Amino acid sequence: MKHEPARATTLTRRQLLGRTAAAGALLAFHLPLRAQGKAGAAGGEFAPNAFIRIEPDGRTVLVMPQVEMGQGVYTSVALILAEELDADYSRVVLEHAPPSDKLYGNPIFGIQVTGNSNSIRAFWVPLRRAGAAARAMLVTAAAQRWHVDPASCTAAQGEVVHAPSGRKAAYGSLVAAARQLAPPANPPLKDPRNFTLIGKPQHRYDTPDKVAGKTTYGIDVMLPGMRFATIAASPTFGGRVASVDDSAARTVPGVHKVIVDEDLVAVVGDHMWAAKQGLAALVITWDPGPNAGVDSSAIWEDLRAASAKDGVLAKANGDVAQAAKGAEVIEADYELPFLAHATMEPMNCTVQLRKDSCEVWLGTQIISRVQATVAQLTGLAPEKVTVHNHYIGGGFGRRLEPDMALKAVRVARHLDGEPVKVVWTREEDIQHDIYRPVYRDVIAATLKSGRIDSWKYKISGSAVIARWLPPAFQKGIDIDAVDSAVDIPYDIPNLRVEYVRVEPPAVPTGFWRGVGPNNNVFATESFIDELARRAGKDPVAFRLEMLGKTPRLRAAVQHVAEKSGWGQPLPARCGRGISAQVSFGSFIATVVEAEVEDAGGVHLRRVTCAVDTGIAVSPDNIRAQLQGGLIFGLTAALYGEITIERGRVLQGNFHDYRILRMDEVPPIEVFLIESGEAPGGIGETGTTAGPPALRNAIYAATGVALRRLPIDRKRLAKGAPT
Amino acid sequence: MSLSRELKINGHAHAVEAPDDMPLLWVLRDLLGMTGTKFGCGIALCGACTVHLDGKPVRSCQLRVGAIGDREITTIEAIGATPAGARVQKAWLDLEVVQCGYCQCGQIMSATALLTSTPRPDDADINAAMAGNICRCGTYVRIREAIKKAAESAT
Repeated sequence: MKHEPARATTLTRRQLLGRTAAAGALLAFHLPLRAQGKAGAAGGEFAPNAFIRIEPDGRTVLVMPQVEMGQGVYTSVALILAEELDADYSRVVLEHAPPSDKLYGNPIFGIQVTGNSNSIRAFWVPLRRAGAAARAMLVTAAAQRWHVDPASCTAAQGEVVHAPSGRKAAYGSLVAAARQLAPPANPPLKDPRNFTLIGKPQHRYDTPDKVAGKTTYGIDVMLPGMRFATIAASPTFGGRVASVDDSAARTVPGVHKVIVDEDLVAVVGDHMWAAKQGLAALVITWDPGPNAGVDSSAIWEDLRAASAKDGVLAKANGDVAQAAKGAEVIEADYELPFLAHATMEPMNCTVQLRKDSCEVWLGTQIISRVQATVAQLTGLAPEKVTVHNHYIGGGFGRRLEPDMALKAVRVARHLDGEPVKVVWTREEDIQHDIYRPVYRDVIAATLKSGRIDSWKYKISGSAVIARWLPPAFQKGIDIDAVDSAVDIPYDIPNLRVEYVRVEPPAVPTGFWRGVGPNNNVFATESFIDELARRAGKDPVAFRLEMLGKTPRLRAAVQHVAEKSGWGQPLPARCGRGISAQVSFGSFIATVVEAEVEDAGGVHLRRVTCAVDTGIAVSPDNIRAQLQGGLIFGLTAALYGEITIERGRVLQGNFHDYRILRMDEVPPIEVFLIESGEAPGGIGETGTTAGPPALRNAIYAATGVALRRLPIDRKRLAKGAPT
Repeated sequence: MSLSRELKINGHAHAVEAPDDMPLLWVLRDLLGMTGTKFGCGIALCGACTVHLDGKPVRSCQLRVGAIGDREITTIEAIGATPAGARVQKAWLDLEVVQCGYCQCGQIMSATALLTSTPRPDDADINAAMAGNICRCGTYVRIREAIKKAAESAT
């Protein structure tokens, strides 16, 4: 972590990372010497910590503290553990971790969470130490057996080798002896130059089953005697069921039960089709509750009014007021809409609720929180709630919430201990999301000698952190909402960042892939382009001049400019746009090339990005995450918007909540810049990078300075009023 | 009313009790436990539920079982037994197309149908055949590459 803000007045997420990573190391290394893992697992195995279990037959189980939702983390975690363990990587077996903040808490959050692109950042050192400790114990066990100095032994491919005598011992044969040893406090870690797995081309662990249709996602759980249910929650946020006429639904073949529970109606059937048909046949009268008057225009009015107020100071360097005296102040405001996650696997959860216990099956980014909230809802002790995690058909932050589990438990409460799989329709999924909040950012800047002299940046929007991780919400500042604003990479002598917390009425807000940096980087990089134009400079040159203190990003900008053909001629109404950012511990520069049709339609022609993400654990996966992340962000920029009318979400399926499709996606090239720095985050980095680069491409192609997303095609039509 | 019927799936006869209007998707998933075929949107907008009917790609969420008759259904669970399906699955793995994987069974079914009908597809063919399959992880760039690789590997 080379890049630090020059002076910060509050805790940044990067600082949070630094502090809690130390706590995490403690967490991971003061584990008792005991076997972890599956209840009833045969004794006799070597389980020096919560991540590694080697059985006497050599079977090596690696327990995954982070969940696999497509980001490739199972492969990366396994590579890191196996690297330091010197396991036979081709034979390791991976296991989902059970709920336990103590054993599997994310060092950055303190609880068991997969999010914020921090799996590898958070676990890089703890996992290496876990692997190295286990390896050291196995080596010691072998050395003791052979009465030789452990230093004269090496390990590779699941064996300890004593080269002078030519003896070898498979890890499995050393399990009994290694169990008797205490884990070393500070096992030596490998010199990265000696890595044999990390950074090398590796296939993913999870994909063979996925291409064969064999992977069990939460929605695929099948249990004997299982019922199938689908639900309708109040379409108006905060509403309730007034009455239900279920006479027609009860005649639908296969319908077993109609459940009415405050704001929720469920139909339970022999299969999803019966449940869906039954739900469609219900005549539900809703009491819309207090939010029936809420609509998007009022939410925007509130946000705009609130953003005029002074905010809480998040960072200050120099004196922006002094710098603005006598200078021309250039000001712009940028706005981002509500967004749904629209994971391909719709929300679902399977529950079997008995009198004294509850069993839950789902794919979640927060398994321990699911356990705790289900325990709270049912009144059961947490240890009576068993949660089985699964592969996740898209997380993107949606599965950082336990609501799908709680609703399924509420359905199960009306059944007599039968297991029930509750699957949401796509419409229910989009209309009952926990939405990426609306944001409004206002930036005022001055220029001096062709560079930015002052930068006053105010972010207004929901504080997701305040609800989701209250201890991290300090001094009225959402550290996520201001993340890439306080960590702005440019050399700007006078800087001020403020935050205004504005909670939209009725609409629940949550994390969405790219989180705070999406908003900060969109506003910052859009405005930088506008300022470059005012300064009469090329957008790349303008940025490079101000990146002296951030050489890793400077290198990425130079690299992407070269690879994207920056400056080369383009046809009419085509443009290239650049965005540069430091986010999630990675340094990335992106160029989008786009064409704007005369009628205002926008076509992506080409995307190029260069990234320095430190040591690349799994290089091909980094490229894949950036390709996908860019598309995720570009989808939002081109189409994404959730709108509210009469307290309810208007969109419902992929026709009105559009996702980029094959015929709209251009070639995307990703270049990795070699680095020996600690790994940065990569799952969300591309998502943040895409929209400002596209916006700037449109700006270059048309001169239209779009300041809100999704892009407004009407403003881009030839001859449209600007 | 529930009706006993027999469906030919992946070369085997399966007896099911299902009303005529029940979509094949839910018959496969909930009655037969063949969960490789995925539910994504329910209205043929995303392609996650794609299966083959006599070798042609269809959205199983919209295909009533009463309309199938004795036509052959092929699902992801057996597509690897066809030459094109095996090539597609291999290309998918060689190029590491997959991320979360939830949509990929549908993608593979669409891609296999494309290669069966158009052994050497160009970009326009790929767009036409694949635009009905949404991937939220954004694996399209690799899907396109993998289809081309699978096509080349046939010769």
